[in-house]
Order: sequence, then C-alpha cells, then structure tokens
Amino acid sequence: MSVTTPSKLQKMIASGNFAVTSEVGPPRSADGAVIEHKGNLIKDYVDAINVTDNQTSVCRVCSLACCIRLKLMGLEPCLQMVTRDRNCIALQSDILGAASFGIHNILCLTGDHQHFGDHPKCANVFDLDSIQLIQTVKMMRDEGKLLGGHEFAVRPQMFIGAAANPFAGPNVAMRVSRLAKKVAAGVQFIQTQCIYNLDKFKEFMKLMVDRGLHEKVAILAGITPMKNVGMAKYMQKRVPGMDVPDDIIRRIGGVPKEKQAEEGITLAVEQIQELKEVEGVRGFHIMAIEWEEKVQEIVERGGLYPRPQLA
Amino acid sequence: MRLQYPPSVRIIEVPCTGKVDIMHLLMAFEYGADGVIVMGCLEGDCHYGAGNLYAKKRGNRVKEILDKVGVGGERLAMYNLTSGMGGRFAEIIREITEKVMELGPSPIRVATGKAVRPIAEVTT
Amino acid sequence: MIKAVPKPLEEVLDLVKDFTKVLIVGCDGCVTVCEAGGSKEAKVLASALRLYFTQAGKQAQIDETSLTRQCEKEYLAQLSDKMDAYDAVVSLACGCGVQYMAEMYNNKIIYPGVDTCFLGVNEERGLYAERCQACGRCILAETGGVCPIARCSKRMLNGPCGGSDQGKCEISKDVPCGWELIYERLKTLGQLDRFEKPVDPKDWTTSRDGGPRTIVREDLRI
Repeated sequence: MSVTTPSKLQKMIASGNFAVTSEVGPPRSADGAVIEHKGNLIKDYVDAINVTDNQTSVCRVCSLACCIRLKLMGLEPCLQMVTRDRNCIALQSDILGAASFGIHNILCLTGDHQHFGDHPKCANVFDLDSIQLIQTVKMMRDEGKLLGGHEFAVRPQMFIGAAANPFAGPNVAMRVSRLAKKVAAGVQFIQTQCIYNLDKFKEFMKLMVDRGLHEKVAILAGITPMKNVGMAKYMQKRVPGMDVPDDIIRRIGGVPKEKQAEEGITLAVEQIQELKEVEGVRGFHIMAIEWEEKVQEIVERGGLYPRPQLA
Repeated sequence: MRLQYPPSVRIIEVPCTGKVDIMHLLMAFEYGADGVIVMGCLEGDCHYGAGNLYAKKRGNRVKEILDKVGVGGERLAMYNLTSGMGGRFAEIIREITEKVMELGPSPIRVATGKAVRPIAEVTT
Repeated sequence: MIKAVPKPLEEVLDLVKDFTKVLIVGCDGCVTVCEAGGSKEAKVLASALRLYFTQAGKQAQIDETSLTRQCEKEYLAQLSDKMDAYDAVVSLACGCGVQYMAEMYNNKIIYPGVDTCFLGVNEERGLYAERCQACGRCILAETGGVCPIARCSKRMLNGPCGGSDQGKCEISKDVPCGWELIYERLKTLGQLDRFEKPVDPKDWTTSRDGGPRTIVREDLRI
C-alpha cells in the first residue's frame, strides 16, 4: 500500500507500523471546547481522530465543524460522514468543504436509522448508501468530478475509509463479500465494529486473506473497552450487530464493581495483543465511548506507544 | 370503374378503423403477413368521432413494436381516404406492394421457412 | 389507484432473450386501469416476444395469462400448475404483485414488466397524476383536501415557497403549485385561517422513513 494522499494515517499504514485511530463524539450543544478537550486528551496516542457524525442518530455538533477545529489545532482528523441526513449535493459540498481545510481522511457510512436516535419521527434521506459514497469520494478525488458531471481542478485529497461489521448477519462469508464490494468501490481502510468475539473475527480475517483482500484494504481492528458489566450486557443484548460472548460478561462481572473498569481496559489490551498476530490487521481503531481519557492507557499498555514519527 | 390492384392483398373489412386493435395488427405479422395497410376515413371525418385517430395511435405503437422486435415498422402503413377515392386506393395498394416487394419477405416467414414463393406480382 | 407504465420493450427483451419458455402474467387490478399491465397488455407483450423470437430463428414458447390480482395469494395460487412449464415469468403487476409472486414461487425467475410509478388518479385516458404518497397519517382535513406531501415538490407543510409563479411550481410550468391549490381551496371553503397557522414538523414514522410498514387489524384477523 503506497502513499497517494497527504493523509498521515495513510502514511502510517504504508510504513508498516500498526496504525492507531480513535474517535471523539461531539457534544449535544454548541460547546466547541468539548472537542478541543477530547482532542487534546488523545492527540499524542493516535495517528488520526475520527469525529462521529450524529452517531446513533442523536443530533450533535456536526462532524465537519469539529474536524475543522481539530485541524486548526494541528491534529489529523478523520471526517465521519453518514448518508442518512444529507442528499448528494450536501454530502459532496461537505467533502469539498473538508478538503478546503486540508482534511484528508473520510469514513463513509450509511448511518443508523433515525429510529434509534433522539428524533425518531424525522424523515431520512439515504440518497446514497455507504458504498455509493465511497465511489463518490473516489470520483471526486481521482477524476475531479461531481456526481452531476461538473469537473473541477482542485480535488479533495481523501484517504477513503469505511466500516465493516464481521459479526452482523447472516454469516461471515457474506460480510467478507460485502467488504469486497466496498473494496471494489475504492475503499482504502476499514475500521471494524468493536471486536469481542475474536474467534469469529479471525474467521473473517482468514476469508479476507484467502481472497487477498487484506492486500487491498487496511483493516483497523475496532476496540472498545468495557466500563462495567452493565455496559457489557447492554452491548450483548441491545446493540444490533454486536457479538459479545458470555465469557466476556462473566469475566467483567467476575471482579468487584470498582475493579470492573480496570478489567475492561486489561481485556482491551489483551485483545490488541492477540489481534496484532492476526494476518491482515494493520492497526487499531479505539472507540472509548465517552471514555476518551482511557485511550492513553490502552495505547501504552497495548505496546502502541510512542507513536512512530514519520517524516 | 374496374381498377386493378395486386391480388396478393387480402382485404379485411371492419366497420371503422377504430375497431382495429393492436392485437389484430400484431397477429397479422405473427401469421406471416409481409405488410399490413390500415385504411381509414379522412381525419376529422370519422363517422364515430375519432375511430381513425385511435387507429393511427395504435398503428404507431405497433410500428414501434415491430421496429424493436426486428420485423420492421415500415411493413405497416396507414392511409386516410374516402369511399370515393377508388383510384387512390388502388394506387396505394400498388405502391405498398412494391415497397413490401423491395423489403422482401417478412423475417417471420423467412425464419419459419415459409417464404418460398414471390410474395406478389405488381400489375398496373 | 397504483399507476404504472410498461417497461420499454427492449428492456423486457433483454431480460428474457436467453429463455425459451416464458409466461407473461397480467394483473386485472390497478395496472389494467392505467393500461400498463392488464390482460390486454399481456397479450401485446406476448405477441411482441413471439415475433422477436421467431424472427431471430429461435423456437420459443411465449404464453400469457392474467390474474384477478397479483397482490393476493389466492389468485397467485392459480398459477401453481402452470409454473413448472416455464423458465421465466414476466409479471405485469405493480411492484407488490411481482414481489408477492416471487415470494410464492421462490425458485422461479420472476421479472417485472412495468415500472410502478405512484398512487394517482385518471385525469383522462392516458393521463395519470399523483395524488397520494401513502404517508400513513392523512392531513387532507387541514389542507383543503389537497395533499402538500404529494403535490408540493418540496413536500412543504407551510407553503408555498418563493418559487410559486402564476399557480405553477418552480420545477416546471406543467406542474401546478400544490400550495396555491391549497390556498385557493381553503379560500373557497372559507377556511383561510388554517393557512396562517404554522404546521409543526411531521411525524414521518408512518411513512417510508419509518421502515417497511405493516398494518395489523386485529378486528379482522381470525
């Protein structure tokens, strides 16, 4: 995988080191300082910082504004973009806007249905889906063209990412097949769903390697530390597409309440160590949900610190 | 007025071209007709109001279908004339027969091996 | 009723060209009324396909039939003894009928023969116009019997926008401004007070936005 954009994340992946990304969730108010604070907490421990785009359909400060803020702080943002809320005019407009500020990473997502969020009665857009968004960003970058046909000179230099969930239905083979479609559309890196069922993830990666897909797209394994057994149970029962084996519940639940957070971090660190050995894994995407202050510890104990400084 | 026109033409009488259905025209081609002419009254002179206008629309639709299925829309033609225009009637039949002769047998007859004899002789 | 248009013939030809036994199934419901997919259209399509296959020198069996409705199992079941004889079926029903047939005959290739367009009225023969988007929560009582969801290009609930010009929509001079129609009708009915009352954001959960919809009527089910 060679470097084709100014993205620092792409450079890290190309260098052969494990890449580390994390994410920050914008606030549900106009308080811009929140993102600044979260960005500062993790900046030295990651290569790029994702900003979620109204995640779980809960209205928040927009991803683009937060990414610009991080960029102006000298950090490396990754613009998460869902197709649920904007049509292709708005999506392309935001991509151009992001690129105009030197944002070079984008994560193309369809987005959760608004049913799950704080505006369940609202209309949705879904003009494009994630795969079409990948195609669109690629076309804008490589051909200097909008979907409508307009050609332009200054192209958005985007390192294109997407998500993959090896644990969703109906089976692993279909999930690999769908990821192959994203690769065909032009995706360059993947941040996976939080991994708890390592056996299933390995099965997924084996199929990826068998098809040579791991050479075409960089897989960043998704890691989310469990804060306590309540969170583990919630993830197991309530979050669609999440695969939390019972032994994880037993392990977190098996320690006293005040030690559960620590156990959760230790578990995340062990997962990173184990996943480092899985062929095709090129890095980690650490989603410490509203627990950004723990990213440092996970990265350090996971043997991913200090982050290599690339020229 | 004993006007001559080619004997290859088979006349099917209908009370009004408004009675001519898309299926009548298509079936004629399915049965192997090399060409079909729809002859109606002058536009604006339909005894029933707009029968000949319906026929024109249907004819156009059938021409389109014939083009798309490889038979050729030019094998169907529609003319408007009055009962007093016998001479023009014979002339049209001769013209179209000649045109169809030029086009050759219908691809349907060719494909089904029925196109063995000349389709018609044009006499004047 | 549901309005549809026949698919372009070349599109259907392309779908079935590699088969030798094809059944065309019309639907005697909505698509018959708009002359897109009834028994008549089934006959015409079958004839066109026969001409196509014959001129191409290919032996093919193209038959047609039509069902009272394709959105009901009882009628679809009437095909059960015929289905085995065909490689593929072209359904001229709306998208509901095509899918329901495919559900019932899981192993059979079922192609659509019409493009399903909208819920509308017959303004004249050959002129059909949209009136309803089946949003699941009718507001016609508030809007003078004219639906802004179906008839305003921006589906505004507080229109008209600034693009309304001489009763026409900004997207085309052929499209009446839905909100001007609402305004005029409210005026006629002496209900213009409604016009000045801001309408709150709509609950779209009962529309397409809420995901696939089902009606469960316990008072009817056995």
